[in-house]
Amino acid sequence: MTQSPAITVAALLVMAAPLVAAEIPQGQRRSGFTFMAPETQAMQNDDDANPGMLWVLDGEKLWNGKAGAADKACADCHNDARFSMKGVAARYPVYDKSRGRPVDLEARINLCRAERQQATPLAYESHDLLALTAFIAQQSRGIEISAGSDRELESFVAKGRELFMRRQGQLNLACANCHDDNWDKHLAGSAITQAHPTGYPEYRLEWQSLGSLQRRLRSCISGIRAQPYDYGAPELVELELYLMSRAKGMPMDVPGVRP
Amino acid sequence: MDNQDLSTRRRFLGLAGSAAVAGTIPIVTLRPLKATPEMLASAIRNVVGSAAVTTGKVKLDIPPLVENGNTVPMTVSLISPMTPVDHVKSIHVFNEKNPQPNIGNFYLGPACGRAQISTRIRLADSQKVVAIAHLSDGSFWSATADVVVTLAACTEEAS
Amino acid sequence: MAAALINVPAKAKRGQIIEIKTLMSHIMETGFRRTAAGELLPRDIITSFICRFNGNAIFRADLFPAIAANPFISFFTVATESGKFDFEWIGDNGFSETASASITVE
Repeated sequence: MTQSPAITVAALLVMAAPLVAAEIPQGQRRSGFTFMAPETQAMQNDDDANPGMLWVLDGEKLWNGKAGAADKACADCHNDARFSMKGVAARYPVYDKSRGRPVDLEARINLCRAERQQATPLAYESHDLLALTAFIAQQSRGIEISAGSDRELESFVAKGRELFMRRQGQLNLACANCHDDNWDKHLAGSAITQAHPTGYPEYRLEWQSLGSLQRRLRSCISGIRAQPYDYGAPELVELELYLMSRAKGMPMDVPGVRP
Repeated sequence: MDNQDLSTRRRFLGLAGSAAVAGTIPIVTLRPLKATPEMLASAIRNVVGSAAVTTGKVKLDIPPLVENGNTVPMTVSLISPMTPVDHVKSIHVFNEKNPQPNIGNFYLGPACGRAQISTRIRLADSQKVVAIAHLSDGSFWSATADVVVTLAACTEEAS
Repeated sequence: MAAALINVPAKAKRGQIIEIKTLMSHIMETGFRRTAAGELLPRDIITSFICRFNGNAIFRADLFPAIAANPFISFFTVATESGKFDFEWIGDNGFSETASASITVE
């Protein structure tokens, strides 16, 4: 912890050779939850104090509300989300046959809105999309992640891994440099975690709002001074797919609270 | 530059109010958005007036090193029977270095049963947090905590 | 949109001290932040919170910009009789939200 972060970053920059990062051994995998101070953990664990629950509540209202030209609610087809959506988020992103590629939960919600409800898609990071995603994902709380198992997803998981390992941007850093090689060290006072997306959508204290994994990925990529992919870009879905498959077996803890 | 000086000084004088520092106006820095210890002292004086504030009785629970200054959990409590003749009337929380010295005022009473409040606060920098309790016998008690606030490592671009 | 999350025990024994937890969605814009262009974002905060039980005020709070977004406030009260808690949040730009919760005291 006393090692200067500047020295760590400089050392990483000097190693310009292509990266063969060691993936974290299964036995050492830890949720981002475990890196937090007890007060923040307590904030997540108390549903009366977890700010993410405000979005979950709104999501429940949206789930039951009619929408679109078809005047249908999610509940009209999917009934009680506690049963129908249980375990769903733990499997996402899933392979979508009609598109021939993986889709994440946000895209799936918008597909449903367009095709079944004849409603306009919700914008990424809009309150309503976050609320619906949080409500659905929260139904998988405690359930082990099983995403990325289908054979059709293999090539996309590989793409996601390549994105995770690739050095990029002005700082020439790869995600793996921090999250595989230097987790549990600190970067300017903040703990570097292993980057398991077990708690998304999550309430980030830095944002003072609930936000999606895509927002977090974009802000990390900006942070290493690379050009972030646009919301909804296939690269972000591939990254999410890789991250979820890398976290396979870990329980979800939505809505997470993180610093 | 001069105008900024004057407005800051005027604002400081306004805050100092009736306090007996008229003859000893300190030099004010050219950063009007940063509180000074004098602002903290005068905000406290607005609450306690000229009464003495004794350190003790108040328990201020706040992490010494915060995860993120945007949201810092804080609990203030006192042991008190909370009866009509012996209770905590109010708890006032202040900070040292935010743009404003006040954080919150909490008004209790015998109906509360326990003198304890929790909330989440913002701290702009490493600084002191002061909690002052006003008891039914008119006395004021305080506790102070030193909190270290680090900045987030990566800045997020406006999307 | 504004959601309020209230936690009040549904039941309590007479004389029992219970904790009430409240969470209100609100941006709590401090009035000190600036946009990328340098313009000051105007203050927009909840300024006061009050809890009444069967019409009588039992807890009040003044909030300042230093209270974090989506304000969480918890406090305690003695369960004396069955009845209704009314919560009210008032703030800048005419912000006004209420919520209520009932309790059975035996």
